[in-house]
Amino acid sequence: MPDLLSRIATERSDGAFRRLFEEFGPQIKHYMMRHGADAASAEELAQETLLTVWRKAGLYSPAKGTPATWMFSIARNLRIDRLRKEVCWQELSDETAEATPSEDAAPDDAASERQRQARVQAVLTALPGEQRDVVTLAFIDGLSHNEIAGRLSLPLGTVKSRLRLAYQKVRAALEDLK
Amino acid sequence: MSTTIRRHPDSATLMSFAAGALSEPLAAACSAHASMCSECRDELRDMTLIGAALLGSAPTPGAQVAAPDALEPPLPERGVTRREGIPDPLPAPITQRYGLALGEIPWTRVGPGVWQHRLALSAGVEGELYLIKLAPGCRLPVHGHGGSELTLVITGAFSDASGEFRRGDLQDVDSDTEHQPVGDKEEGCVCLIAAEGPHLLKR
Repeated sequence: MPDLLSRIATERSDGAFRRLFEEFGPQIKHYMMRHGADAASAEELAQETLLTVWRKAGLYSPAKGTPATWMFSIARNLRIDRLRKEVCWQELSDETAEATPSEDAAPDDAASERQRQARVQAVLTALPGEQRDVVTLAFIDGLSHNEIAGRLSLPLGTVKSRLRLAYQKVRAALEDLK
Repeated sequence: MSTTIRRHPDSATLMSFAAGALSEPLAAACSAHASMCSECRDELRDMTLIGAALLGSAPTPGAQVAAPDALEPPLPERGVTRREGIPDPLPAPITQRYGLALGEIPWTRVGPGVWQHRLALSAGVEGELYLIKLAPGCRLPVHGHGGSELTLVITGAFSDASGEFRRGDLQDVDSDTEHQPVGDKEEGCVCLIAAEGPHLLKR
């Protein structure tokens, strides 16, 4: 899956442009609809996300994450800005991070980024259902800790500890790729 | 600079920041901390991988998105623009958003040795975001919280029952925590405080 996004950075063809929409359009449209957008505005937001991906593909660098994380960030930021109508603080810190690169060794090639993405995918697949549900409600439905607690009838502390546990597993799986 | 930061947001808080699921004031404090802390920036990058993986694996029943006809040229490559001069002690996301510098904050005195300046949030957002200044040795009144509260030290230091917090350190507390931060004896402190709910001052 990430291959298409990586190729877009170098392959500027009409075919690549259409495949981008075919492959990722449905995911992003669905994401926007989970956040309360109607079908028409979800489609517009998906188009805007993918046009941004297309326009900025030349600026993509593996140090900023995988193309898939990059696409998720663009969709997330657009959702906060347009659907929640709030300030997107993630974008502000991304800009800052661009100006002051991390001192830790950034993974230096796209291949290791793809490896990281694959490890995370494997961790999420193997996650106990109760942790996966909480993580999905946060990342895909954008629910706060309190909202997740309400939705699943769980104590707030349980929601937080499941998020922590899920992250510990992701972190452990990426440890030797640092 | 970031190597001296010892107190970070709870990883559950950072996860929700990466997910775009924190309320606006809490997101502001996480953003400000991340701008000072390379360790948390790296963690956020790993957390964003989770969002990407979940986005790719969510079912998408019958949703097609039409590609626009006109194929636009890509944006030209651009270099990173660095700001000239000495950076302001205020975290970059705060100076960018509010156009403020530390020396220009229009403080309002709210008690002996305590000043605050409220930062505007988007319409309809609950909670509060403000800068607070404590004179050396002065203390905030004992308070609890109607939700999570994040306190980021910008200059100086403060301490409370849980220990000492210096520049870049972030205190992440729950609604059930009552605390009474005291400004450092020599330097006092300036902090960014983000609260999900109203402050519950004890009388």
